[in-house]
Amino acid sequence: MGTRTIIPFGPQHPVLPEPIHLDLVLEDEKVVEALPSVGFVHRGLERLAEVKDFHELVYVAERICGICSFIHGQGYCQGVETLLNVEVPPRAKYLRTIWGELSRIHSHLLWLGLFADAFGFESLFMHCWRVREKVVDIIEATAGGRVIFGSCKVGGARRDIPNDMLKGIKTELAAIEKQYNELKPTFLHDNSVKRRTVGIGTLSKETAYALGAVGPTLRGSGVASDLRTLGYAAYKDLEWEPVVEQGGDCYARTAVRVREVTMSFDIIRQAIDKIPDGPVDVKVTGNPTGEFFSRLEQPRGEVVYYVKGNNTKFLERFRIRTPTFANIAPLVVMLKGCELPDVPVIVLTIDPCISCTER
Amino acid sequence: MNMIEPQPMTAIDRVRLPAQAKDLAARGYRLVQICATDGGETLEVTYSFDCDYSLTNLRVTLLKGDTVLPSITGAYLAAFTYENELQDLFGITVTDLAINYNGNFYKMAIKTPFLRNNPSGAV
Repeated sequence: MGTRTIIPFGPQHPVLPEPIHLDLVLEDEKVVEALPSVGFVHRGLERLAEVKDFHELVYVAERICGICSFIHGQGYCQGVETLLNVEVPPRAKYLRTIWGELSRIHSHLLWLGLFADAFGFESLFMHCWRVREKVVDIIEATAGGRVIFGSCKVGGARRDIPNDMLKGIKTELAAIEKQYNELKPTFLHDNSVKRRTVGIGTLSKETAYALGAVGPTLRGSGVASDLRTLGYAAYKDLEWEPVVEQGGDCYARTAVRVREVTMSFDIIRQAIDKIPDGPVDVKVTGNPTGEFFSRLEQPRGEVVYYVKGNNTKFLERFRIRTPTFANIAPLVVMLKGCELPDVPVIVLTIDPCISCTER
Repeated sequence: MNMIEPQPMTAIDRVRLPAQAKDLAARGYRLVQICATDGGETLEVTYSFDCDYSLTNLRVTLLKGDTVLPSITGAYLAAFTYENELQDLFGITVTDLAINYNGNFYKMAIKTPFLRNNPSGAV
């Protein structure tokens, strides 16, 4: 046994825009144990349900995180709509699908850029973010905000996207996808990228499932689990299937996200082709009663919103289980046995969102 | 129609919790989440599990003043994050916890901020 030392990783680190801390127990350069610490900026947003009425709380839900903001709002609304037995108009479901997939594309492109930056591929980072910027432009044109959409409400959507604008978006997305396709081979086939990702931070299919991994972390280990299969929003009307890789390593988790961006382009195209005309919201009356676990697929994986109503305008309990929280235990296992220089790369491959985790 | 998945909820006694969790693990369920709700005189702790997109829940109800729970980390190691959260936010004591932060999982200025009768945790 070599000399054991403990290296603190984070909470401030060049690859971490948000604070998470790991105590890394090393034998020489090999990690033998990793102990995570979170909670440096826990906000306690869930308790705001006691003072914000259930219509207002969607604004809080959207602000849990700046990357998956729309899907946070959507998940909350779907939970409350179930308690109220509200049927959302079909057009609103399609709009939610389109905005949700735009979120997924910009989130994955953001992550791909950060990941390239983590292993020192600066130009690849810049190209990813250049392409992402055009997706964010579409979000701004349709929702009015680049980060916070403010477009989801209990009962449907707060605004519509005109049909002629949807056609323009389809054309614009074709141009963006063409640029994106030029980046894909670098992530999937470049030798310098593969040397930092193949065989690094491997998580077996059985371990990933047993540890409750979600999203690309789970699918990268060969488990075809994607909550969009439940058929919420317009997904039940569209043709798609979960993106799965078998390697279980950093490369596999990256490949899942690379391929999911392409699938999201396709889902948006289908949604634009099939979106029905009609209203985008319904009038909501009454107060929520009962309890429900609303589950959706965020870019980082399964997110769970527990809403419990007591027939008042304030929820009795609002609880969010974010994907990063679920991926902490798998991360600890991935890090065991890796080399110290690989730690930042492995940590990034769960796409940690501490803003979500510190809800 | 709205897509509403069935979400069965089974109330159980806390002493049966570890065995129930082991049974679910053996049947291929994964742990989805654990959360607590302050019901005034009681704390409701809900455990959610999923298998093939089917969600099932176990619920343990604890009286305030007797908030001790056995850990399910023997069946689901990943439960350590949720159970440490229960300790920090609600003051629940979890026994036999595989990785116990002893109240330091979250770094907070006030203790048990999610208990409603905690004056320093008021929103």
